[in-house]
Amino acid sequence: MIEVKHLYKSFGDKEVLHDINTTFEDGRINLIIGQSGAGKTVLMRTLVGLLEPTQGEVLYDNRNFVNMNKREKIHMRREMGMIFQGAALFDSLTVLENVQFPLDMFSDMILRDRQRRAQECLDRVNLSDAGDKYPGEISGGMQKRVAIARAIVMNPKYLFCDEPNSGLDPKTSLVIDDLLSTITKEFDITTIINTHDMNSVMGIGESIIFISDGRKEWQGNKDTVISSRNKKLNDLVFASELFKKVKEAEIAEK
Amino acid sequence: MQLLKWLNTLGRYLLLMGRSFSRPERMRMFMKRYVKEMSQLGVDSIGIVLLISFFIGAVICIQIKLNVQSPWMPKWVSGYVTREIMLLEFSSSIMCLILSGKVGSNIASELGTMRVTQQIDALEIMGINSASYLILPKMLGLITIMPFLVIFSAATGILGAYSTAYFAQIITPVDLTAGIQHSFNSWFMWMSILKGLFFAFIISSVSSFFGYTVKGGSVEVGKASTDAVVCSSVLILFSDVFLTQMLS
Repeated sequence: MIEVKHLYKSFGDKEVLHDINTTFEDGRINLIIGQSGAGKTVLMRTLVGLLEPTQGEVLYDNRNFVNMNKREKIHMRREMGMIFQGAALFDSLTVLENVQFPLDMFSDMILRDRQRRAQECLDRVNLSDAGDKYPGEISGGMQKRVAIARAIVMNPKYLFCDEPNSGLDPKTSLVIDDLLSTITKEFDITTIINTHDMNSVMGIGESIIFISDGRKEWQGNKDTVISSRNKKLNDLVFASELFKKVKEAEIAEK
Repeated sequence: MQLLKWLNTLGRYLLLMGRSFSRPERMRMFMKRYVKEMSQLGVDSIGIVLLISFFIGAVICIQIKLNVQSPWMPKWVSGYVTREIMLLEFSSSIMCLILSGKVGSNIASELGTMRVTQQIDALEIMGINSASYLILPKMLGLITIMPFLVIFSAATGILGAYSTAYFAQIITPVDLTAGIQHSFNSWFMWMSILKGLFFAFIISSVSSFFGYTVKGGSVEVGKASTDAVVCSSVLILFSDVFLTQMLS
């Protein structure tokens, strides 16, 4: 479980995050939603320690990540996996080598075992035959799946995904959402996804926090989002005609 | 204000070097990268070093023979001057200036691209000291291979000079050999190698700094690449003055 307490982050005079308090629970998909520029990415980068908060605490199973020294942070990061917006695969390595990379760095397994474990993770994301290819030779959706395989190869306790569906078609987005959802349950990971894909919100949002102008505006889940009266949230989630009609239908049914 | 900016950059450079010179997390991965960098930065540069050194050696010999040598000078002067120029300046300083263009832009653009595509962030998230993992093998790789490049450059320059003797018949091989062997001071070779080692450090560390600290997108990567080449070239020229005085 990850607890965020009174988190503030400023860049110079500009305050980007203001008094964020929330909890991300184990074995669940936790979504952070908000408009572009709302502070979602800054929140996620602060959670994983790529940015230092101006004030506040980030507790990983009651261990305060903010107060940890460099060595403890490095150790802590080995319990995390992260999927970046652009997949962030290493161009000079093959797909299999990319997935195997964390094992090469941190595990004491022999080469054959490392390769076997990496192949297992590739099989898990349905990329059994892509091991020999380079990231530049595969599609965006496949790159995201390789990033997922790389993120889970070390059996992380916490999985962070920064807009995993950006640049993907709706069908591939559903595949990625489904994969993340299954993996979260299978490995009992605390998964935090940063998104503004409303299909993800409606599909896998077991816990959702909505951020606007750096402040937490709303917290709930995919079922309560429909009945929410928060105007800013409704403006974001039901911006498209399709979702407006979904909401109207839901209200009419009730 | 400009001075403060320079001091700030110097401070950030020193901090990055501090992070880079830390013990590698996995020796087997470090060795793998070290060998790869030696090949990519050093071995892949041998072609251009040999090509330029050969022609510069030939041209120096022709210029000295046709424009400097006179009946009042001994016949071995052309060979002697060619050897001294190749050893004292070309094979270390000028060759490193050329390499700062090739290797420096390569390093800065590679690291800059890794930065803007979040590959460096990905390393950090895994709990890896990205500076040490990426920069240290580059610096040690180039420093290791540099003495070989210096020696190859000097030898090829002399070969170039011989080509003018054998093919263009500008000078007789006997006179050229006499000049090349005249008053040879082996310290000059060591001096050239020492200068090369120092310049290799400048090229790799300065270019890594510009690439690693890129913020923005592809335009900034291009700018970082140019800045890396300009800055390392200026530093090479500047330090060459002091090194030459110190080592001579």
